[in-house]
Amino acid sequence: MGFFDYFRANRKKQNSAAVAKERLQIIVAHERGSGRRRSPDYLPALKRELLEVVRKYVQVEQDQIKVHLDRDGDCEVLELNILLPDDEVPARPAT
Amino acid sequence: MAKIIVVTSGKGGVGKTTTSASFATGLALRGFKTVVIDFDVGLRNLDLIMGCERRVVYDFVNVINGEAALNQALIKDKRVETLYVLPASQTRDKDALEQSGVERVLDELRQSFDYIICDSPAGIERGAMMAMYFADEALVTTNPEVSSVRDSDRILGILASKSRRAVQAEEPVKEHLVLTRYAPERVERGDMLSVDDVMEILAIPLLGVIPESSAVLQSSNSGVPVILEETTDAGSAYADLVARFLGEERPHRFLTTEKKGFFKRLFGN
Ligand SMILES: Nc1ncnc2c1ncn2[C@@H]1O[C@H](COP(=O)(O)OP(=O)(O)O)[C@@H](O)[C@H]1O
Ligand SMILES: [Mg+2]
Repeated sequence: MGFFDYFRANRKKQNSAAVAKERLQIIVAHERGSGRRRSPDYLPALKRELLEVVRKYVQVEQDQIKVHLDRDGDCEVLELNILLPDDEVPARPAT
Repeated sequence: MAKIIVVTSGKGGVGKTTTSASFATGLALRGFKTVVIDFDVGLRNLDLIMGCERRVVYDFVNVINGEAALNQALIKDKRVETLYVLPASQTRDKDALEQSGVERVLDELRQSFDYIICDSPAGIERGAMMAMYFADEALVTTNPEVSSVRDSDRILGILASKSRRAVQAEEPVKEHLVLTRYAPERVERGDMLSVDDVMEILAIPLLGVIPESSAVLQSSNSGVPVILEETTDAGSAYADLVARFLGEERPHRFLTTEKKGFFKRLFGN
């Protein structure tokens, strides 16, 4: 292969691999939806902070708080589950 | 603390089992106590690639169902001291991998192993979901080809939303790209996606590129994980991948055609 063939071969790069890449970029962007494939990055921090707030009132362990994020079609559901210890049901304020 | 690593892809036939076998063997060669689990219920194959198919007595599902103890089902590799295989069941019962059962087995393995490698089946059904669910890290095995890349992207979406780490709001699963069956000469000709193309689309860090190699077929014929064939291209690419996983710096090899360098092509041959 000579000097000019090299560049000619290189120009051919514009064919099937380039087409594949372009098609993939489009379909993948579409399937990821608007928000990309964001993992719920903020959830660990949210969980930590919630735990701090809850602990101001009730002593709960780290593993007694569960944060679930579920996706149902277009709808996202954030589910928060805190298991309170039996003996520490907060006293009902006197009325 | 044991680490659970899933080898996953969505698409079948891309090299998950080949990668699982060599990755697990490579970690064990470095002295880590490693077990590789076949999650492909009904289509057991890892045992053949690991060369232990005739030593299978009990399997993963037997352990889940309490029909065998874990140490009865684990097969100790004859070549590498700290390597074990947990074979898949050949049952046709798709629901055999029940989540709490899988969790129980993984918890027990965690007690004594450093690395637990989960060889995922293709698809996004039960077996694949169970292989992914408990993972701390994922080797997303991809071929430079449109349907494989698209499927890998879907798998990344599932890891980010449906894995235990996602669901319980922990640190996300750490993702690694493993590009397999790479043929540099086809990339240079312009009919195969390049590493850069795939990385740009999937946007996750590259752990290794495994070249398309006849050594893979040959070693699978004889039941030897290709990483043990140290002088082969695929074998050394897997060794590099393991080194990188363990934090060592290794330049990526086999990305370009070796025989015909730039100058050779420029000035003819
Ligand atoms: N780097 C490679 N070069 C050549 N053939 C390969 C390579 N990796 C895998 N293969 C072949 O591809 C086929 C599928 O591989 P396998 O690891 O079983 O894929 P999966 O587990 O994803 O279905 C096998 O025939 C295997 O020998
Ligand atoms: Mg497989």
